[in-house]
Amino acid sequence: MSEDAQAKDPEMMTIIAFSGDLDKLWPTMILGSTAAANGMDVTIFYTFWGLFPLVKDEVRITGYDAMTKMLAMKNPPGFQKAKLSKMNMGGMGRWMMRKVAAKNNLMPPEELFEISQDLGVNMWPCLMTMELLGIKPEQMRPGLGEPAGAATALARMSKSQISLFI
Amino acid sequence: MDVAKTVDAKGQKCPMPVLMTAKAAKELQPGQVMLIEATDGGARSDIPAWASQTGNELVESSQEGDVLRFYIRKK
Repeated sequence: MSEDAQAKDPEMMTIIAFSGDLDKLWPTMILGSTAAANGMDVTIFYTFWGLFPLVKDEVRITGYDAMTKMLAMKNPPGFQKAKLSKMNMGGMGRWMMRKVAAKNNLMPPEELFEISQDLGVNMWPCLMTMELLGIKPEQMRPGLGEPAGAATALARMSKSQISLFI
Repeated sequence: MDVAKTVDAKGQKCPMPVLMTAKAAKELQPGQVMLIEATDGGARSDIPAWASQTGNELVESSQEGDVLRFYIRKK
């Protein structure tokens, strides 16, 4: 990059990752990594169902009451267990989609996540969702930003040339 | 043209050719040229778009069979 390009502030993109579905995680990771490769300053804010992929694959979210236990049971954490929003067919759809992707050399979302981290994409977990679900910081993937709230995300979106809700 | 680095993105799907190009660009000195080879049809427009977005110069592009080649000079 030229010194001129480095001197001026880079363009910004903010994605609100609201869904934990595999079919939504893919475009989130593709757009996030590519924007960073294009020199943009990228932040992804993971909230509600979008937070589940950030929890380590081996962690079992247990919840703290009947409702959160049910939520945790229906939403196993980690990228690997992310379901398709349609035609998941008890995991068959997810398996087929991943198989087709691998056959065509499309990177799985968890690998694009790691590449995005290498490219400097800020990964912000939503603090409210963490508290709601009883998820502790040590149960989440390494290299995330400080858990933040809606106002922090909005402050960044107001400065971003591109803001997406996926 | 002196090629300082070659990026083999053949067989890789979107967005990998661009991500590999961006990574390689970080390892180049200003003025050096890298060659990117890709077979993903999306690279035809994605690599030039990346170059213009990042201010690097697309010196030359060509196609031979399925393989797209891009020469990019780092700014």
